[in-house]
Amino acid sequence: MIERRHVLINTLRGFGLAAVGGALWGGFVHRAKAAPLILRPPGALPEKAFLAKCIKCGICVEDCPFDALMLAKPGDQRPIGTPYFIPRKKPCYMCKDIPCMQGCPTGALEKALLTNSDQYGNEMLNINRAKMGLAVIDRETCIAYWGMQCDVCYRACPLIDKAIEVEFTRNERTGKHAYLAPVVKSEYCTGCGLCEHACITEKASIFVLPREIAKGRSNTRYLRGWDKEDEKRLEDVPKETITKTPKSEQSPTDYLNQDNF
Amino acid sequence: MTLFIAGSAYGWAILKGNLSAAMLFGVIPLTDPFHVSQMLSSLVIPASEAFIGAIIVFAFYAVIAGRAFCGWVCPMNIITDAANWLRKKLGIIDTAQFNRDVRYWVLVLSLGLSIILGVAAFEWLSPISMLHRGLIFGMGFGWIAVLSVFLFDLLITRNGFCGHVCPLGGFYALTGRFNIIKPKYIHERCTACMKCIEICPEKQVLDTVGKKSGLVLSGECINCGRCIDVCDDKAMLFSSRLH
Repeated sequence: MIERRHVLINTLRGFGLAAVGGALWGGFVHRAKAAPLILRPPGALPEKAFLAKCIKCGICVEDCPFDALMLAKPGDQRPIGTPYFIPRKKPCYMCKDIPCMQGCPTGALEKALLTNSDQYGNEMLNINRAKMGLAVIDRETCIAYWGMQCDVCYRACPLIDKAIEVEFTRNERTGKHAYLAPVVKSEYCTGCGLCEHACITEKASIFVLPREIAKGRSNTRYLRGWDKEDEKRLEDVPKETITKTPKSEQSPTDYLNQDNF
Repeated sequence: MTLFIAGSAYGWAILKGNLSAAMLFGVIPLTDPFHVSQMLSSLVIPASEAFIGAIIVFAFYAVIAGRAFCGWVCPMNIITDAANWLRKKLGIIDTAQFNRDVRYWVLVLSLGLSIILGVAAFEWLSPISMLHRGLIFGMGFGWIAVLSVFLFDLLITRNGFCGHVCPLGGFYALTGRFNIIKPKYIHERCTACMKCIEICPEKQVLDTVGKKSGLVLSGECINCGRCIDVCDDKAMLFSSRLH
């Protein structure tokens, strides 16, 4: 007969092993999914939601006609089995019919993020709405910022004059030339990486970063008061201000009357 | 698997994707129901295509084929069979034996961790996924995980991975209890040579052998049919619950 004590000890042992195993396993997964420097296919949900929804089937990779997309292998230092692309190797060529997104069975690549509807309610795919990343320029290595003429990224950009503009400024060093400097507009940039792919410097001086990393964020204390759009940021702000340090009881002029002033 | 690899390499349209999710003939979605269960337990609802695919696959195994995934589909089979073959050649005996129910613990852990982590937990270290994905999209260092399974099965426990640890096997063992196709044992023909028990990767399911006729009802049976192949007395055959 099995003693009750043995059953109890065995059960506890099981739970113990499960707890240790679970902790290791959980820790591993937690580390493995934290790879912020990765560019996802067009229409990808925000990284956290994307990782939860991607089923790692690789259909998007197979559907990519340019073979730009890859599926992360163990050892790639990226979340295993998930699709990504490296623009310097092969950028996203922004297919109009977006086959990678169309094939996604789980909705990790979300159609709604790449769809426009016209005034009749007809839905049309619009790859220009993609937000795969944001191109960033290193002004110190970009030769256009040195004063040499290069507009390769500008010409390569599928949203030329929108996502990349060329700004003219006077070249004080020579006194008779102009800088023709490329500038990225985050509003339009899709992060396709055609600019990075085309960049002529040895290591690209314009490169795509995930938007989360490339962009800063200002809190609602700073507003562009002249911009109606920017004021909309105030809508979600709670009416009551929460301060961590208590407000002084004294009036602002009191300190002038203090003895030690 | 061949159809998958050809689909990727030559653009055949029969099967596209891999064993996590696929498209059959470009219309019928097929999805790993265990992966989707992990997704659901991480409180994520996939698009209907993946959901329908999971139901199709789930229904196929639960109603018809039982745990046949393990015996007929899973590419890990080739690895563990190779380990078993070598183990037999070299005469290696088990260095460790442990409870086959470990897989159900791992299964519960997979679902539990999915809740905590918010992602399908098993899929981040599943050597099965690394193997089938690797065969189609490139292995990377996935061969290390596959080699570990091979060595584990070879040196530590016979059928150690598939028969003891794998939560996917556990999942299909639970869902494969009530399916139609099952092996049948006919006691009257049996000469008790025990070849079937010798070959069976899940020996505990053949508990009626030598005792009484009947279907092999346990969900842990992978319907591989090895017992049927090996039987010289036609005492084992595929049968169905329907008659």
